[in-house]
Amino acid sequence: MSETSFSDTAAGNGAAAEAMVDVRSVSRTFHRGRTPVPVLKDLTLRMENGEFLALMGPSGSGKSTLLNLIAGLDRPTGGEVIVGGSPIHRLSERKLAGWRSRNIGFVFQFSNLLGALSAERNVAVPLLLTSFSARERRRRVDIALEIVGLSERGKHRPRELSGGEQQRVGIARALVNDPMLLVCDEPTGDLDRATSGEILDLLVALNRDHGKTILMVTHDPVAAERASRTLHLEDGRLAECGHDGTVVVPVHEPAGAAV
Amino acid sequence: MSSFTLISAALRRKKTRTFLTFSSVVFAFLIFGVLSMLQTAFSMGAEIANEDRLVVRHRVSLFQLLPQSYEADMEEIPGVVDAMHMTWFGGVYQDPSNFFMQSPVEPAEYLDMYPEILVPDEAKLRWIETRNGAIAGRALVERLGWEVGDRIPIQPTIWRQAGRGDDAWEFELVGVYDADVEGFDQTQFLFRYDFFDEARSFGRGQVGWFMVRIADPDRAPEIAAAIDDTFQNSAAETKSESEGAFAAGFANQVGNLGLIVTSILAAVFFTILLVAGNTMAQSVRERIGEIGLLKALGFTSTRVQRLVLMESVTLVTTAGFLGMVLAVGLERVLRPALAAYFPGLFLRPEDLLLGLGLAVATGLVVGIFPARRAMRLETALALRRL
Repeated sequence: MSETSFSDTAAGNGAAAEAMVDVRSVSRTFHRGRTPVPVLKDLTLRMENGEFLALMGPSGSGKSTLLNLIAGLDRPTGGEVIVGGSPIHRLSERKLAGWRSRNIGFVFQFSNLLGALSAERNVAVPLLLTSFSARERRRRVDIALEIVGLSERGKHRPRELSGGEQQRVGIARALVNDPMLLVCDEPTGDLDRATSGEILDLLVALNRDHGKTILMVTHDPVAAERASRTLHLEDGRLAECGHDGTVVVPVHEPAGAAV
Repeated sequence: MSSFTLISAALRRKKTRTFLTFSSVVFAFLIFGVLSMLQTAFSMGAEIANEDRLVVRHRVSLFQLLPQSYEADMEEIPGVVDAMHMTWFGGVYQDPSNFFMQSPVEPAEYLDMYPEILVPDEAKLRWIETRNGAIAGRALVERLGWEVGDRIPIQPTIWRQAGRGDDAWEFELVGVYDADVEGFDQTQFLFRYDFFDEARSFGRGQVGWFMVRIADPDRAPEIAAAIDDTFQNSAAETKSESEGAFAAGFANQVGNLGLIVTSILAAVFFTILLVAGNTMAQSVRERIGEIGLLKALGFTSTRVQRLVLMESVTLVTTAGFLGMVLAVGLERVLRPALAAYFPGLFLRPEDLLLGLGLAVATGLVVGIFPARRAMRLETALALRRL
């Protein structure tokens, strides 16, 4: 009988007591030449462990910037970013890379698989950063492929897979290190409606059955509907939306007030 | 799966480009191997020269003659153990293209002077018994299809026989010599000096040059100077030098081979730096998104830099190794085929090691800038290129 989780607890390695994501008064300003361009201003966000949060907003609103800050790919100009209890805004670049490899699973708009490697080898790439034995690596790859429903397709190259299957392999790669947070940047942006539905079903199942905390950036209201909560980002500020897309509560009060 | 899987995947990404770059590097190292072989062939005389042997020639040129009586005078000089003479004969066997070195020698003295030459005792005896007897190197005998006992006619270009006009000299091949030193010239044809001296139409008692064995190689410059001093202000002044310096000077008559070879190799490797460097730079430029992905997954900047550097070193070193293997293969084919013309044509182990070292160094130099670029990429910016 095959396994369908990496550890004994299906909820993964997330911090149960604390908020999974605690963004406190964060600002991020870029510079175009000498001109400062503020993208996020005094933004506060709390995301609970096991939550599936969709982040919407128009292009240039700062969704990806916020995602990058939470995933440890970028640093805030001001404020604090605490993920899984770790104040990641204080970590050095090297430590941040190690932290990402252990705690964050990335799903991108395009699956971005390495064309010369089979699906299972693509899934195994993050395991290069671990000290797992070959057997344990094999086990984890098998489980990840099983979770995304591609156990039989592990030997296939990306070009031999459909767009949806490629995205599933990308999700398996994101899962293989059993991260506490899945960060998805437009995961259905490159897929047709039916395939998008399958990928969203998979994300929902990962959240519901495997306890994965998911932060998903999307332009698609249909995709956002599948999340347990949707936030709207505009002009560098957050607001909570109802399932009909209307803004119901501004989310820039002190931590916890908006949830 | 290891980091090498990622390197291999990166190299297989654009197979045609990788193949072309790989082939150019293979070819460059093949050229390196061949030029190294040629350089060895030309410099072998100097390399295998004995430190305890001096060459004494006419001060003006190698082709000016010296009195044979100098031999006895030189043997009187302190530090000189033994002396013997040789003379450039310069004859033609059948066709000028069959060029090989011929010289009259005194058999016993010659064999004493060159212990590295191996001649069967029976052949030595026959040589001493046979006035027109000659011995020849194994490579020459095989090249011209001779057998012991054959009559070898050699047409004179300098040394005609008294009263016989342009008639060929006729020698009897009494033995074949081998050598126990790699690269020793096995293309010489050596015959008896007494036979030559009596029969030649002019120049009796004159010889081309002397080989002098000395007791202490450290005193070579001092003894060479003493020899030259002895014959100073005589009708035939001498120039003495070590056998190695003499051989090097002889090889350099073709040109400064070291400089020529180095110049060609510099041009070849400069081109390789450009070709492989361009490939690596292009490869990294095309993979910015992919590199961003690796960094997002947790690969540190240093690790990404190392991956790109290893990719470059793998590409160039593998190609360089293959080029050197092909050069060794070529040597295996050329060496027996050209042994009669280039007795020292072989690839020395130190040249093989130098080639492999060059391959690693070239790989590092080619990869360093693309690797640094990959290292410095900002992850978030790089991911936008996905």
